[in-house]
Amino acid sequence: MIPLDDTVLQALLIAVVALPLLGAAAALLPAPPGLRGRSPEQAVLRHGVTVTGAVLALAVLLALGFDHDRPGTMQAETNVDWIPALGVRLHLGTDGVSLPLLVLTALLSFLCALYSYAKPPPGPGPKGLVALLLLLECGTLATFAVLDLVLFFLAFETVLVPMYFLIARWGGAGRGPAAWKFVLYTLLGSVVLLLGLLVLGLNAGTFDMVRLAQAHGSGLGHTTQVIAALAIGIGLAVKAPMWPLHSWLPDAHTAAPTVGSVLLAGVLLKMGTYGFVRILLPGVPDGAHTFAPYLAAFAVAGILYGSLACLALARRGAKGDLKRLIAYSSVGHMGFVLLGIATLTRTGVNGALYANLAHGLITGLLFFLVGAVKDRTGTGDLDALAGTTGGALYGRAPRLGGLLAFGAVASLGLPGLAGFWGELLALLGAYHPAPGLSRPAFLVFLALGALGTLLTAAYLLQVVRRVCMGDPAEVRPAALATVPDVRAHEFAAWTPLVVLTLVAGLWPGALLGLMEPAVQNLLPGVAR
Amino acid sequence: MTALPMPVLTAEQAAHGLTRSAPRADLAQGADLVQSIDWAAVAPPAVVAVAALFVLVAELFLAERHKGLLGVCSAAALALAGLTLVPLVGEDRATFCLTSGTHACSYVADTFTLTVQLLVLGGAFVTALLSMTVVRRDRLPAGEFWFLLLSSAAGAALLPAARDLATLVVALEVASLPAFALVGLRRGERLSSEAALKFFLSSVVATAVMLLGVSFVYAATGSMHLSTVAEALPGTDSRLSTLAATGVALTMVGFAFKTAAAPFHFWVPDTYVGAPVPVAAYLSVIGKAAGFSGLILVAVRAFPSYADAWGPALAVLAALTMSVGNLGALRQRTDRAHGAVRLLAWSSVGQAGYLLVPLAAAGYADEPDRAVGTTLAYALMYAVVNLGAFAVVAAVRPSGADGRLDDFRGLARTRPVAAAALAFFLLCLAGLPPGVVGLFAKVAVFQSAVDAGLGWLAVVMALNVVVALVYYLTWTALLFRPAADQGRTAEPLPARPRLSAPLTATLALTGALALATSGAPQLVLRFTTAALF
Repeated sequence: MIPLDDTVLQALLIAVVALPLLGAAAALLPAPPGLRGRSPEQAVLRHGVTVTGAVLALAVLLALGFDHDRPGTMQAETNVDWIPALGVRLHLGTDGVSLPLLVLTALLSFLCALYSYAKPPPGPGPKGLVALLLLLECGTLATFAVLDLVLFFLAFETVLVPMYFLIARWGGAGRGPAAWKFVLYTLLGSVVLLLGLLVLGLNAGTFDMVRLAQAHGSGLGHTTQVIAALAIGIGLAVKAPMWPLHSWLPDAHTAAPTVGSVLLAGVLLKMGTYGFVRILLPGVPDGAHTFAPYLAAFAVAGILYGSLACLALARRGAKGDLKRLIAYSSVGHMGFVLLGIATLTRTGVNGALYANLAHGLITGLLFFLVGAVKDRTGTGDLDALAGTTGGALYGRAPRLGGLLAFGAVASLGLPGLAGFWGELLALLGAYHPAPGLSRPAFLVFLALGALGTLLTAAYLLQVVRRVCMGDPAEVRPAALATVPDVRAHEFAAWTPLVVLTLVAGLWPGALLGLMEPAVQNLLPGVAR
Repeated sequence: MTALPMPVLTAEQAAHGLTRSAPRADLAQGADLVQSIDWAAVAPPAVVAVAALFVLVAELFLAERHKGLLGVCSAAALALAGLTLVPLVGEDRATFCLTSGTHACSYVADTFTLTVQLLVLGGAFVTALLSMTVVRRDRLPAGEFWFLLLSSAAGAALLPAARDLATLVVALEVASLPAFALVGLRRGERLSSEAALKFFLSSVVATAVMLLGVSFVYAATGSMHLSTVAEALPGTDSRLSTLAATGVALTMVGFAFKTAAAPFHFWVPDTYVGAPVPVAAYLSVIGKAAGFSGLILVAVRAFPSYADAWGPALAVLAALTMSVGNLGALRQRTDRAHGAVRLLAWSSVGQAGYLLVPLAAAGYADEPDRAVGTTLAYALMYAVVNLGAFAVVAAVRPSGADGRLDDFRGLARTRPVAAAALAFFLLCLAGLPPGVVGLFAKVAVFQSAVDAGLGWLAVVMALNVVVALVYYLTWTALLFRPAADQGRTAEPLPARPRLSAPLTATLALTGALALATSGAPQLVLRFTTAALF
């Protein structure tokens, strides 16, 4: 849209990745004179907003300068030697698959920084919080921007430590065990991932993702491909998360502070599915083909499991936690993403990537909203919130209630909102899976997935009914008696998500046009 | 016992001249027996050895209040010895060579030698910096301490250059005998003397086993030189093959013992706890490096024909060592006395397991250099961050306290820089970003295992990395947790003594090195592709 020199694009991408890292280091230093603000706390929180804002601006500029006529080719590429001994190169670049994820990450990080500026989560000082948020942003942005397997692994690991500390230091009840569970599960996944990446890279003779995608598995034996696909798949599936490797997720989400939950759901989970699309499908096509039916089966199990768990949590008397419920709904939504990937078709993979982005927007918004409810009432317990007649947010805090209802219907995949297209395309992909995959099996998966959308609608509407509707005049405990409506900073943090959810729902062509050519490159020779 | 290694070497050479197949011919050309010594090549260990003697003598003439000069002098000698490495780079010098026959040399200064010498001398230098404060604080006898430290470092620096079995054994003993005394130097402390005794007994057993093995190998091959042994072993008389195999096995067991590989690791935790902290740091880095370079030399240079036997054996040993070490570390409770050093001791056993992995892979590879280089690269990384971690432990340990892990609670508030440094070192050891160099060193080790087809070992190591994370991250998290007794944040910080200059220098040096190598891991990983021998 804006013609930019290739060198400028290159510099933009490098700055997007490096700026948060520098910002994280700077956050630990004392503020220079002139930037001290009202207090050290305020200064460092403002620093966080400034840096993430700058990163977002650069990411948007990158997206505008990106040549939209050829989104299938890598752009803004940098490729220099870093560790010749291991054959690791600093290879950065972006195409239609990674660009939207980069912008999404920059956006959510900025919104989280903005939200923390107005309302820092309770816990030790904000200095560490800002540094960790920026380090986390650097790791996730790098994951989407790098094109080298070992570098990808490095970026993948970078998020572990900051996320651990975010949960363990700023989290709610049960944060200690939840943080451990998160870090151990994901580390166990990532060491397996590393072994898979090494098997792939050493046998193919290169760690370069672009060259691996071009080779498309040629020169790799079937056994090698199966081993590599299994190891890489398990490593990524833990992060995604795929049922039954998901059990770290609900605990981590429940215990994490609001900004932690938003980033975890909005960005971190995407790293797993992005790895599937970027590395597994093009790098080891034979192995991917071998495991596709199993992946699809697990994905569908995840869809059903997630929605059934949510239904159980939403029941009256189940004492279900709202954050936990959204976390389980994430398992279901990521199931759709994985199902789309498992079809090995362009339709399915496009759907998966679309659902990925939609989930980032919608679940990010939902976690913000649920966090706000929890902050106001001091509880996320659905039974306590609902009282006898219902939470009556429509009556008592109409804007908050309306936004919650909006998030819920977006999440259940209402046509016209972002959640719809991804799930539709993923199911459509399953209707015509790639040649060689058993069509009857995928038709069964399709049917079960469709059932999953119904169950999803059921529990989300149940939540809306119990939280938003009800008698405003009902006598409630003191803590729940008054619920302040949406505040200015909350509007600022949530409006972009609402707008983008609407845009992505009404104008899917913009994103699909960006992703489709890139997906075509990753899946050569696939007709649909 | 701690005599200069040089005369031993020359005597060794003379002995060799006589054991050659045609001694009379050698004697007839008597002039050839007098060889010129390449003093530049032997300078690194020689400078340290001379400094050791100088310090021992100088102590007698120094007044009590000037004893601190001895430490400065020792550190300067170690730095000087490090500088003598510079002209040797890329030269591949050799000296103490046979004048006839195979022309095998006993002392070779190739890339492998120089790298290990750099590690040893650098590590000893950091230990010296670390010790200056501790020697004064704990009232250790200064002359003896510095003499013993330098002697041991001289032995450890000689070891990687040794290319015959006798020099190897002598160098290893020169490196370890002073270490026993160093461990037991805290007079009147039961724990200290007990540790020294444990260390001594286990080490002497190892030496005895190794000597038996070396003599068997000598009997079977008729040579002490590694290169000659390597050539002669495959063709040994069939009646001697059992003897040769036993010799090879016993020699390797002896060296494995010195590297504290499981099941020969039991002395490590008690010894480290009983020793002064800098000595524990020294043992964990230089002691290990000496053991490993010996193991590499005998395995890769002398016994390559037995690779199909020692390859799998070392692989099992590696798996066992890392599992035992990491599980041992995992069991440490945070309220136990000396918990910090004990944890580092167990972790060093676990890290020794990772160091063994590429060595085991060398047994499977056609070109073992790359695997050996991976061990070297990992050892360099480990040396920097482990010394750094020990430096923080030595720095924050208030005198009289017993160094529990709980004492580190809230360190981020009282000493932010030390806490940040320790967190960084621990994450390097765990191999997690931001400890990038640790991560890539582990990637290199994994790569060597996968390359050699040791998939099972890679999986065992992967599990161990996860287990190890638990205790490294527990400790890291402890640093940032508010201390139990400072619940009210309004309370002013307790006054703390400033860090002494040498301790600050140690922290700055190790921290800067760890940061630099994290930014450019190629600095240490270049050895994985360098031609070593």
